[in-house]
Amino acid sequence: MFGKLTLDAIPYHEPILVVTFILAALGGLAVFGAITYFGKWKYLWTEWLTTVDHKKIGVMYIVVALIMLFRGFSDAVMMRTQLAIAQGSNAGFLPPHHYDQVFTAHGVIMILFMAMPMMVGLMNIVVPLQIGARDVAFPFLNAVSFWLFAVGAVLINLSWFGGEFAQEGWLAYPPLSGLAYSPGVGVDYWIWSIQIAGIGTLLTGVNFFVTIMKMRAPGMTLMRMPVFVWTILCTNILIIAAFPVLTVTIALLTLDRYLGMHFFTNELGGNQMMYVNLIWVWGHPEVYILILPAFGIFSEVVSTFSKKRLFGYTSLVWATAVITILSFVVWLHHFFTMGAGADVNAFFGIATMIISIPTGLKIFNWLFTMFRGRIEFSPSIVWTIGFLITFTIGGMTGVLLAVPGADFVLHNSLFLIAHFHNVIIGGVVFGYLAGFAYWFPKSFGFKLNEKIGKSAAYCWIIGFFVAFVPLYILGFMGMTRRLNHYDNPAWQPLLVVAFVGMLIIGLGIAFQFLQLLVSYKQRNQNLDVTGDPWNGRTLEWSTSSPPPFYNFAVIPTVKSLDDFWRSKEEGTADVRPTKYADIHMPKNTGVGVVVGAFSFVFGFALIWQIWWLAAVGLVAMVVTIIIRSYDDSTDYYVPAAEVERIENLHIQAKAKQGQNHVQ
Amino acid sequence: MLRMVHHDDHHGGHDDHAHHDAGPMKLYGFWIYILSDLMLFASIFATFAVLRNSYAGGVTGKEIFELPYVATETAALLLSSITYGFAIIGMYKGSKSQVINWLLVTFVFGAIFIGMEVNEFHHLIVEGHGPDKSAFLSAFFTLVGTHGLHVTSGLIWMATMIALVAQKGLTPANKTRLLCLSLFWHFLDIVWICVFTVVYLLGVM
Repeated sequence: MFGKLTLDAIPYHEPILVVTFILAALGGLAVFGAITYFGKWKYLWTEWLTTVDHKKIGVMYIVVALIMLFRGFSDAVMMRTQLAIAQGSNAGFLPPHHYDQVFTAHGVIMILFMAMPMMVGLMNIVVPLQIGARDVAFPFLNAVSFWLFAVGAVLINLSWFGGEFAQEGWLAYPPLSGLAYSPGVGVDYWIWSIQIAGIGTLLTGVNFFVTIMKMRAPGMTLMRMPVFVWTILCTNILIIAAFPVLTVTIALLTLDRYLGMHFFTNELGGNQMMYVNLIWVWGHPEVYILILPAFGIFSEVVSTFSKKRLFGYTSLVWATAVITILSFVVWLHHFFTMGAGADVNAFFGIATMIISIPTGLKIFNWLFTMFRGRIEFSPSIVWTIGFLITFTIGGMTGVLLAVPGADFVLHNSLFLIAHFHNVIIGGVVFGYLAGFAYWFPKSFGFKLNEKIGKSAAYCWIIGFFVAFVPLYILGFMGMTRRLNHYDNPAWQPLLVVAFVGMLIIGLGIAFQFLQLLVSYKQRNQNLDVTGDPWNGRTLEWSTSSPPPFYNFAVIPTVKSLDDFWRSKEEGTADVRPTKYADIHMPKNTGVGVVVGAFSFVFGFALIWQIWWLAAVGLVAMVVTIIIRSYDDSTDYYVPAAEVERIENLHIQAKAKQGQNHVQ
Repeated sequence: MLRMVHHDDHHGGHDDHAHHDAGPMKLYGFWIYILSDLMLFASIFATFAVLRNSYAGGVTGKEIFELPYVATETAALLLSSITYGFAIIGMYKGSKSQVINWLLVTFVFGAIFIGMEVNEFHHLIVEGHGPDKSAFLSAFFTLVGTHGLHVTSGLIWMATMIALVAQKGLTPANKTRLLCLSLFWHFLDIVWICVFTVVYLLGVM
């Protein structure tokens, strides 16, 4: 009746998990109680959960990402603490069984459930605004994507309190992840949380590709698109091409585990190296799926806060395109030690070194944009400068690792861990947090507290070096990754330094949350009534903050790159349209949430092999979609008078602000 | 190419900008989805190519494939592509009954294909050549089965379309859906031709 699910699945004998569960439950109850107390359930349902507005969906993605950042960082705290003490006779506080789940969850969560939603959230909020569109190509599909992703995030967190999580490392290499060596449900949680969230991501990729190709404002040719839109376009191409490979790889592992097939098993012809190849055919482009949008954000930030047009726009666009293509021919550098032979390793080593050329070129684009610019030291620019330094170092250690001979020595050591955290924290995280600070006023109508924002950035930058430079050294000293205990006293001082670095990063994260609280309290001092708080260059700053749900009362006509800057220079930015027209918009719908809920039932049932329930979940999903196809009234018109009323409010607020300034 | 595709559905007044449900954009989006599905099949084909000789002491393709049977199956699927084409011609003529009738014929051909495939699988498993017997058989069942699952989804979609067209007629939304399903159906045909060649024809050589 309930498959493998029994009461034993609840880990009441593990004190750490019990405490975590109680805290999470109390937190959940507090949120639940607060929503009930303030009578916000209806508001939450009608304005957020059922929304198809890309701006709100984007905010929801980022909320999930911040929660997951907290979760993934807690894992990091546990690992660094364990390693700071677990030397010699001290076994530390995390047994291997638990420690292995922690590092697996840390990797999966940080990449797929923190970085990805942060990126997708920013792209949801920004891309339609930057291309002068009122929405994405398929708003309903966008909501479905979000809910599928959210279900993946829920499943992965559920694993702590119902069963266990995978202990095989974030990519679950077989045969270790096969049924013979991992009979528990940990790998199944890994499989279904990624599979369901991954399908959401794939749909997002299709949606935004079409949005960018088909919905740009008139006059916005490809070479007039903001760089962020370019990087998102390339990222979506990568998603469309790479995520199906992930789907297949995980599906094959699933078949091995559920139906006793032999793709990756030890016996009857299975081939484990095929898994490693397949997963990295997705995995390497995934790295660029994450970093390209960050490059886009830095480009926007640098040119806005240097008050200059981006240096070498065309070269930056081409560099992005080249990286997009090359990212598909370097996957083997993740396993030079597989033994593919010198020729194959040489090919992939050289390809990897080549990819650093367009990336290095971009560094010069940003440097030359800042050169002789009037740089305004906002938190976004602090993140950017931190990135330029950190990422360049990470890139160089990457080129070092691209030498197959060197890789044979450094493979699987802490040097590698230091390298990829160097590029992911220094590139992806700094980039997204720069974008967070940059576009926050656009989403919420007030600026974030800059002082606390800069403190967060400095803590992250310093904390990063204190935490990870020791790992580079430890890598040279021979310490391998995924150890929960060691017998070498020479390693301990460096691991203690890394622990201190983790604390400094923790301080940075605390500042980040503090910044949100303080800024919300002080929001009336930092209101952005003009919609253009940074003297921006691109179209998203030409509408109010937060933008009306239809984004633009009149779709702008684009004449050049940085078109909003051009219209400000020509003095045409504030010209009121002579008349407004009705606007066609999609209606909110609860179908997205319902599909998500059924996909949860489906995934949960498959994890525990409750077959009848899985069938119910699947059929319910299909039926929901079919019923939706019978609904003919999925959109409506906003009357011109209503548009005029909303626009007048914004114009009046702006005029009032203008007077205050004159006084 | 990139320049060509952009803005071709922006006609005149941008203020009515009937974007999201515009048929051409949905069709374009569906093309992109088909591309991603192609990547999905490409990965499984690659897997099959790696494992196609990993018999693990069990049966080979030559021993279990019956070409005449598979050729009949193939004929059913290819014919269903033609009949779907007739349904689309009917759609352009605005003939609701022609669309429904040809969709029914297509559905029958598709169901014959799936029925024959299920029968083949059943037969193999009963004979003791199930997907858990060797890596080759795992790859075979997975590649052919993935295509079969796609065709099955296509059949469910087609049944829905027959009901939708019968009840609501050839509305713009239904026409777009019929065109998307058309793409999907022909795409599955092309994939099947690759399956037939790579799995069956090369398998018995």
